[in-house]
Amino acid sequence: MTDTVTTPAVTTPAVPKRTVPRRPHKSRAYPIFRVTILTLTVLVFIAPLIWMLVASFKTNVDIYDSSKTFFFTPTLDNYANVLGRNNYFTFIFNSSWVALWSTVLSLILGVPAAYAMSRFSMQRSAMVVLLARIIPGVSLLVPWYFIFANLRLVGGFSVLILSHMFVALPLIVYLMMSFFDSLPVELEDAAQVDGLTPIGAFLRITLPLSVPGIATASILSFIFSWNNFMFALVLSGASTKTLPVAIFNFVSYASIDWGSLMSAAVIVTVPIMVIALFTQKYIVSGLTAGATKG
Amino acid sequence: MTATVTSGTTRPTARQAWSSWANHHRKWIFAAPAMLFVGLLIIVPVVWTGYLSLTDAQGSVRAESEFVGIANYLQVFRDTERFWPAVLRTFTFTSGAIAAEMVLGMGIALLLWRPFKGEKWVRVAILLPLVATPVAVGMMWRLIFDPNIGFANQLLNWVGIPSQPWLSGEATALPTLMFVDVWQWTPMIVLILLAGLTSLSEEPDEAARIDGANAWQRFRFVTLPLLRSTVIVAIVLRAIDALKTFDILYATKGKGGGSFHEVETLNVYAFGLSFDYNDYGIASTVLILFFLLIIAIMWMVTYRRKGER
Repeated sequence: MTDTVTTPAVTTPAVPKRTVPRRPHKSRAYPIFRVTILTLTVLVFIAPLIWMLVASFKTNVDIYDSSKTFFFTPTLDNYANVLGRNNYFTFIFNSSWVALWSTVLSLILGVPAAYAMSRFSMQRSAMVVLLARIIPGVSLLVPWYFIFANLRLVGGFSVLILSHMFVALPLIVYLMMSFFDSLPVELEDAAQVDGLTPIGAFLRITLPLSVPGIATASILSFIFSWNNFMFALVLSGASTKTLPVAIFNFVSYASIDWGSLMSAAVIVTVPIMVIALFTQKYIVSGLTAGATKG
Repeated sequence: MTATVTSGTTRPTARQAWSSWANHHRKWIFAAPAMLFVGLLIIVPVVWTGYLSLTDAQGSVRAESEFVGIANYLQVFRDTERFWPAVLRTFTFTSGAIAAEMVLGMGIALLLWRPFKGEKWVRVAILLPLVATPVAVGMMWRLIFDPNIGFANQLLNWVGIPSQPWLSGEATALPTLMFVDVWQWTPMIVLILLAGLTSLSEEPDEAARIDGANAWQRFRFVTLPLLRSTVIVAIVLRAIDALKTFDILYATKGKGGGSFHEVETLNVYAFGLSFDYNDYGIASTVLILFFLLIIAIMWMVTYRRKGER
């Protein structure tokens, strides 16, 4: 990781060799300024994460000892504690299960809806779905809790999945709408001329072409569900607790077991970061969707 | 659904009729399930919250409650101890964090605009905070900002500045959490602005250069005006989330936003009223006001945008 941080600085001498034509800068100060600031930026964004990672390999005694800030004997005790004694495998499963199903179900509901809203310009219907993005989640929790408590569903997976769909569905509709907007209608028209029904054209032509959009929407939806804290805090039970809630419960005791807490934090963040690294292109296109349309 | 598609030619009558009906009404067949889901799980609860805000619902969710009219609203409006400070904190947190994120985000985006070697690494670095779980991020900063064992104070001490209370100080907690928000969400602004910058044509910038404009003038009078709509989208998207920030506040300061309610924003206040104190009537009142506030802000931003075009 430390290598990553210094790379831009090391590779700058190669700047004159670049192939992309660039306008000449009058001074040589700008490239140096740029590299310095960007290196600093990378450091500021990465250093805290490295700190978390480092602390997760320290004993609590070492964490409290300022002379062992950088030099210490790494230990895996924290991870053994978190995964073994604190049952984190269960929470990892819960988080994945909820994120997976809420994403899949939201895709089934959201993709056709986004298609219809995009092709038939259903502005008002789209507004209703997108309103869900603006509403504070707390305002939904009380009624949900009431309804689901009466149905004896609180603490089960179904409620958690439903609540996470509240986040996932508007996101998927929003992303897929802007994706379908950019997909030419002519392809579907041609398919219909060739004898496909409109629904057939959607299923056989539009959907296969939408794979990149669907990938973007699924990845972001999975991440948002994995990271969600508030809904699970209220609606999950002892056996359906998700990772963020499990981590939160760590600090309800008088003194904090920092080492274990940090290894728990690493366990929840690392999978999502690995996914993000491999799907960077999709995540960026999803997060910036609609930003340049104006 | 596949059946509908293939049926057409092979078997006429019922299937064909169904297929043509389905194709004819596909607009609502496609949209209805999602709309129904949204209606049941979102519109109904919001209406319910509106109703609860007019009652004295309290204690158990099943307890009887009485209709009290606008009494809750009057009580909340007169509440200068919790409600109005929470409104102020929500505004301070949102505007402060977003202002910093916009300035830093614009700076970083401009530096990343033209391609260079190592760009990939910077992009990876800024993506990581963005996807990190907010609760874990809160815990991470809690260790770094710990007054006794945290690295932040260790760093300050090395350069000769005395230790700060950071998250545990009544006056420093909110600014510290704004910093955490800036750390996590500036990358999002960078990505959005960078997408906007990349879509710009180079010609206006080039023309200004030929006319002798310096870098700052070109940014201020050429790039920034062209980037206007992207900047507004970035602010709107970020404001929606920043106003509702909950995870890092609750994860670092717990119930009630700390012992002096020093980081209690509207969302934290409403959550506390609902689930720590089970005071559903008042909580719903706060939520309805909060909701109206968010809509008002969104409306103002988008309305101004249309008006000025």
